[in-house]
Formats: sequence, structure tokens, C-alpha cells
Amino acid sequence: MSEQRLSVVNNVILRIDSVNRTYIDDADNSVEALQEVSLSVKRGEFLSVIGSSGCGKTTLLRLIAGLDTPESGELMLDGEKITQPAPQRGYVFQQGSLFPWLTVEQNIAVGLKARGIYKENKGQVAEYIKLIGLNGFEKSYPHQISGGMAQRVAIARALINNPTILLLDEPMGALDSFTRADIQYKLLELWRKKNITMILVTHDVDEAIYLSDRIVIMTARPGKIKEIIEVKLKHPRDRGKSDFLALRRDILEKLHLASTSPQPEYMI
Amino acid sequence: MSLLNTSFWEVFKASFSPGVWKEIWPAALDTLYMTFIAALITLVFGLLLGIIMTLTAKDGLRPVRTFNTSMGWLVNCLRSLPQMIMIILMIPVARMVLGQSYGINSCIIALAASCIPMYARIVQSSLLEISKGKIEAAKSMGSSNLQIVLRVLLPETLPSLIRGFTVAVIAIISMSALAGNFGAGGIGDIAVRFGFQRFQHEVLFACVYVLIIIVQIVQFAGDFASKLILKKRHLI
Repeated sequence: MSEQRLSVVNNVILRIDSVNRTYIDDADNSVEALQEVSLSVKRGEFLSVIGSSGCGKTTLLRLIAGLDTPESGELMLDGEKITQPAPQRGYVFQQGSLFPWLTVEQNIAVGLKARGIYKENKGQVAEYIKLIGLNGFEKSYPHQISGGMAQRVAIARALINNPTILLLDEPMGALDSFTRADIQYKLLELWRKKNITMILVTHDVDEAIYLSDRIVIMTARPGKIKEIIEVKLKHPRDRGKSDFLALRRDILEKLHLASTSPQPEYMI
Repeated sequence: MSLLNTSFWEVFKASFSPGVWKEIWPAALDTLYMTFIAALITLVFGLLLGIIMTLTAKDGLRPVRTFNTSMGWLVNCLRSLPQMIMIILMIPVARMVLGQSYGINSCIIALAASCIPMYARIVQSSLLEISKGKIEAAKSMGSSNLQIVLRVLLPETLPSLIRGFTVAVIAIISMSALAGNFGAGGIGDIAVRFGFQRFQHEVLFACVYVLIIIVQIVQFAGDFASKLILKKRHLI
């Protein structure tokens, strides 16, 4: 019994324990971005967080990254409390976070240079460029490549630090649907190859179903977890199949309920 | 030769005569020397002050409230002094530091005292323009604050820092001309002594040419450098 319990504990990589975070908005109202949010993420899991805008999903991701601190509650990664950003928690931003004065190659190498281990790991940069399929663009600057390519660079830039967990903040939000599908495929490939835990914040239901093991549905004001849905479909998932579509309808219904949640007078 | 009794054309022609330029050349070199040294000091300390003020601000990387407020207050005090008053105010300071209250080197103190706070403010406003996402990206990859300054803040804002520095250098040139009136020498001194006190307008004309040429060169160099950087990054 105790052994079994231990394995369950070890299996949890990230534990979020009744976290609260409040903001003061422009009109001096306090907004509860997160209220008593608790969540456990398993090692190697692909988790998506979905919800209407303002439901606190990005706040949650920023707390995990250590870019923000909660008012109360705790976030533990591998048994260690999260207090500040660290390379073992890779973060992929929405868009435009590449450094425009560095080439693709140099952008990917930033993490290595920051930790002073660039020289002995030079070869890794080429490896990651190959992994994201950007051969031939090593010397290009961010403004010369497409948005989809830039996001792939951003993913490689985070992955080169060998993070135990990769946090993705709507990385495909600004891309067209073809590029998006391409990157989703790439992301799954990387997830499988690197055996890494990924948390994706998105507002795209299809994307969440296509990628995730579990989908966390959040509601806004106060930001809370409404429900966690397990996706049991086999990879590769077919976006047109009936079980996919049934799940999609199910989640959309829940989101619709979520968006007309109590106190509609606040929903401006 | 004065415009009062000579035609414009005659004065204009005389302004290119070797006699005039015998006076102008050494003065121009003095002005260039003052500008160069003062610009160098302004660049180093203005940049440093601007970065420190940005970092210690309330939403900066390393907030230190009282320090930041007092720095801001000091900068505002220095910025509120007109250039002429700053020059007069720095005369005793120059005597204390250099043992001499006149001459080019003494004037550099006044130039720096006036232009360091100005450039610091320009640096600050440039640094504030940088998107938070880039700083956070660097943080999430394990960069230290010093690394963020050297590898994110400065490279990102380099074109606008250069443009701001151009503005500061031109302010130094104009102030150095004013300082000439207070024993600093240089082009401003020549312009006042010959052009104003002796009505030798051909000398005044020559002073104007020199100032225009220096400012044009500075402006062109600044624009060229910042454009080159933007082009290299394929931003224009």
C-alpha cells in the first residue's frame, strides 16, 4: 500500500495547492484571476488549460513559470517550491518574444549562453534546428521568417535548456490554421521524443483535444477550475472522427455554460 | 568688415579668406575637443545613470524605491537649470577640481553636468519602450539581471540609444558655443569676440559654417549607424 502510494506521489511532477491571485484593474476593482486553484500534473503528461479570456489561464501558467507569485497557496515542481523563473521550466510566449537582433541560431543558443555552457554544447543548436525543421534558416533574423517558423524557434529555444516541463502560452494563437496544424503535429512529435511534460494554454478546443491527455476547463471571475476532462482518444487523433467531434461538442457545451456563468452583469 | 557698411556679398567672400581661417581652425579644434570629451563622459555616465534609474524603478528588474526617487529628484534638479546658469554654477566647481575656472577642460565639467542628466532621461525612455515579453523570455531561460541588461536591454534599444545620443551631442555642441562666452574658448568664443564685440561679421559667418558642418556630420553619423543596425536586423 505504502509503495503504491509512493509511486503515485513520484508520478506527480507539478502540484498546485489552493493558489489565489488577485489583480487591481484599471478601474481600481480587484479581479480574482485565480481563486483556490488546485491541480496536480503527472510526469510526461500533456495538459491543456482552456477557457474564455480573463479566466486566469495565462496567470496560472505565469505562476508555474515563476514570472508571477501567488498571494496564497503553493506551487511545487518536483518537490521544490517555485519562487522565480528557471530554465527547467521552459516558457513559450504568445508571439514576438524572439530577439530581433539575433539570428535563429543565436536565439536558440540564448539559454545555453545565459548558463555559460554554450561552448561545450554548440552542437545542440544544430540538432534543435534540425528537430524543428529549419535547416537553411540558421543565419536568418526573426523578421525574415514566417510567424510559424518563429514559434518553432521559440519552442526550440525553450527546449534546449532540457526543461522538465514546457509551458506554452497560446503559442499558436496568432497563426493560420494550416500552420497551426503543422506546429501541433511537430509539438506532439517533440513531446513523444523528449518525454517531457507539457502544459498548453489555449482557447482552441480542437487544439486541446488533438494534443492533450487531460483538458482543464476554467471559468472567469473568479478564475476557477470548472472541470477536468480526460481525453482517451488514441494518437494520431483524427479531427474529423465521430468520437473527436462528440468530445468537442461536449467541451463546447461546457464552455458555453461557463461563459454564461453567474453574475452576467460583470461580463462586459 | 561689418554688414553695416559692407555688402553681404563682400562679407560672404571675406569669410573664406585665409586670415579669418587662421583664427577659426584652432577654435574649431578646441570645440571638437570639448565636444568629444564631454560626449564621451555623457555617454558613459548618462548610460549608466539611465540604466540604474530604469532598473531601480518601481516596476524595474531590481526596485530600490528611495534610491530611485532621490536619483530622479537630482536629475530633475540638474535638468531644470538653463545651460547658462549651469556654466556659471560650475565655475567654482571647476576651480575646485582642476584648479582653474576657465579654459576648455573646465568647461567640460559644465557640459557634462548638463548633458549627463539629459542623456540619462533619454536612455530611460528608450529602455522603457522594450516589451516586457522579451525580458520575461530572457528570465525564463535563466538569465541574470546583468545578462538581461547586456544581452537584452542594450542590444534591443541600441538604435534608439544612438539616436538619443545624437541629440545629446548636438546639445553639447550648442552649449559649448555658449560656454565660449564664459572663458571656455572654441568657436563660441571667436563668434562673440569678433562677430559681436568687433562687428567682424566675416568671422561670424565662418563660425556658422563650422557649426553647421559639425552638427551635420554628427547627425548623419547617428542616423547612419542606427539605420545600419535596423537594416541588419531586417526591421526596415
